Amino acid sequence: MASTSTVEAVGLTKKPTESFWQERWQAFWRYCQRNPSLLVGLGMLFVLLLFCFIGTLVYDLSKASPLSVPPGLPPSREYPFGSDNQGRDLFAVMVAGTPLTLRIGLLAGLIGLAVGTIFGFFSAYYGGLVDIILRGIVDIGLTVPGLLVLIIIAVAVKGNLSVDQMALVVACLAWLYPARTIRAQVLTMRERTYVQIARLSGEGGLEIIFKELLPNLLPYLLASLVGATASAILASIGLEALGLGPMEAPTIGMTLYWVIYYSALLLGMWWWFLPPIVIIIILFMGLFNISVGLDEFANPRIRREV
Amino acid sequence: MRLDYILKRFGIFLIIIWAAATLNFFLPRLSTQNPIRQKLAEQARLGGYLQSGMEEMVKVYEAKFGLDKPLWQQYITYMGDVAHLDFNYSIANYPRTVVSLIGDALPWTLGLLVMSTLLAFFIGTFLGAIMAWPRAPKFIVTYILPPLLTFSAVPYYVLGLVLLYIFAFQLKWFPIFGGYSGGVIPDWGKLSFWWDVAQHAFLPAVSIILAAIGFWAMGMRALMITTQGEDFMLLAEAKGLKQRTMFLRYAVRNALLPQVTSLALQLGHILSGAVLVEVVFSYPGIGTMLYQAIRANDYFVIQGMVFCVIGSIGLATFVLDLIYPVLDPRITYRRA
Repeated sequence: MASTSTVEAVGLTKKPTESFWQERWQAFWRYCQRNPSLLVGLGMLFVLLLFCFIGTLVYDLSKASPLSVPPGLPPSREYPFGSDNQGRDLFAVMVAGTPLTLRIGLLAGLIGLAVGTIFGFFSAYYGGLVDIILRGIVDIGLTVPGLLVLIIIAVAVKGNLSVDQMALVVACLAWLYPARTIRAQVLTMRERTYVQIARLSGEGGLEIIFKELLPNLLPYLLASLVGATASAILASIGLEALGLGPMEAPTIGMTLYWVIYYSALLLGMWWWFLPPIVIIIILFMGLFNISVGLDEFANPRIRREV
Repeated sequence: MRLDYILKRFGIFLIIIWAAATLNFFLPRLSTQNPIRQKLAEQARLGGYLQSGMEEMVKVYEAKFGLDKPLWQQYITYMGDVAHLDFNYSIANYPRTVVSLIGDALPWTLGLLVMSTLLAFFIGTFLGAIMAWPRAPKFIVTYILPPLLTFSAVPYYVLGLVLLYIFAFQLKWFPIFGGYSGGVIPDWGKLSFWWDVAQHAFLPAVSIILAAIGFWAMGMRALMITTQGEDFMLLAEAKGLKQRTMFLRYAVRNALLPQVTSLALQLGHILSGAVLVEVVFSYPGIGTMLYQAIRANDYFVIQGMVFCVIGSIGLATFVLDLIYPVLDPRITYRRA
């Protein structure tokens, strides 16, 4: 008797956690089926990460540096993506470079989102002069061609950037767009009844921001993060292709720089420029689909209208 | 059009110019090294020239910039130079001034960008409007939209590389680089030169247009759907207006306005993308020149170029801001 009851008890405590995760997973899966963009986007990014992960495990990444393999080889069994003019193994370059490019984007995206969120909140919640000045900076900053401002910044701090410094340079402008959109969101949320009730029950400004506004903004912040990351990657690849990137790092943008520098196109070395192009296409389409999917998740009201 | 509206927009334009010039002035001075000595040393190291006269050049440049004077005096002198569009000499092509280099490059970029942006805007807006119209042929939504949306997620220059490889390198339908054929003397009086230029501009323009259409189509489609839910559309239908009148005069006319605002906001973004398209195609515009200046560490060219481009974008935005109230008179009555 005693033993069966303990078994039952164990079963009872174990079962809910299992079914909890199962249910979560099923709910997520069901949601993804309703939201195909999210599924497609996540799938594309997953494939890319899987490629890098498996590549890191089975391939010798030291071949990503120049002069490590014979130069100018077309793809073969030994070198799946061939090698470039300076003797980099392009398969190793892609496996090592994709995470670096993602790292630049994610780092700059996170910084941009954090700064943008802080500014957006201050601007919308406190209003007045702070709002006018911040809105002016954001409005003007967004009309100016970002890449050119980043060029000036990158040239001024030059002396060969590292990958993380690259992310910091790109982050200089990455906060503008999140600041604008989050400001607009907070403006509409500020007047909702639950915020007013919180205010009437004596919650302070910071308390309202952290306990009432921020939790409700989370899905929206996630969507903004994906958008900020995508534009940060776009900007970083642009800077790198112009020759302002980390010269020693095998990022996707630097590969494009060498492709342009050595006119790989005129040499007909398709295996040199095809892999970075395919990775860029998968990366941007994946991020684009995820952001479309998250938009639908963040604003359910527009879900069925369009 | 009210005067305070124009003045306000003009004020924003001036602020953009001032901010660009100030950025150009302070960023290099934030680093503690002597900017001129550093740039010239880099130059000497990379190119192996300029070795002998370097110290003299540093002195001359320091006197020219008045680097021994207090910062605020330097700032005022610099602003005066900028007001005269004096951006100094190019280090890499010494006797030439930065302004003359920009003068050579800017028309190419303007020609390419104005043409491709306008085409992309009109084709995209038209496609988007048709897609949202219930009586539109279905094949547009099922077959034309998905590839265009795919292109719109991809940077312009990636599409450029692919087009260049397929149509210029493999099929040899189009010239592979430059703005006009080598050995041809630019003569805008001759029709054959125009044809040559058009052939060279075709692929860069197509890569910008293809990549941008999806963006405009998506925007227009969403706007049209909102517009069609408006009361005046119901009224138009109740009045028994022709479908075409309803489509063009009621729905498109109203949905077009936010598209134009969006165009003003996108100009900077489009230009950032076009810079790299030019590099890919070695098109003789500001993008390629910027790329060469970065390779040669030609600091004054980079600075002057960035300032001029930001200024032109500011000017274009200002002009669009002036056109906007003509399209939508309500805008000037709103206190924004």
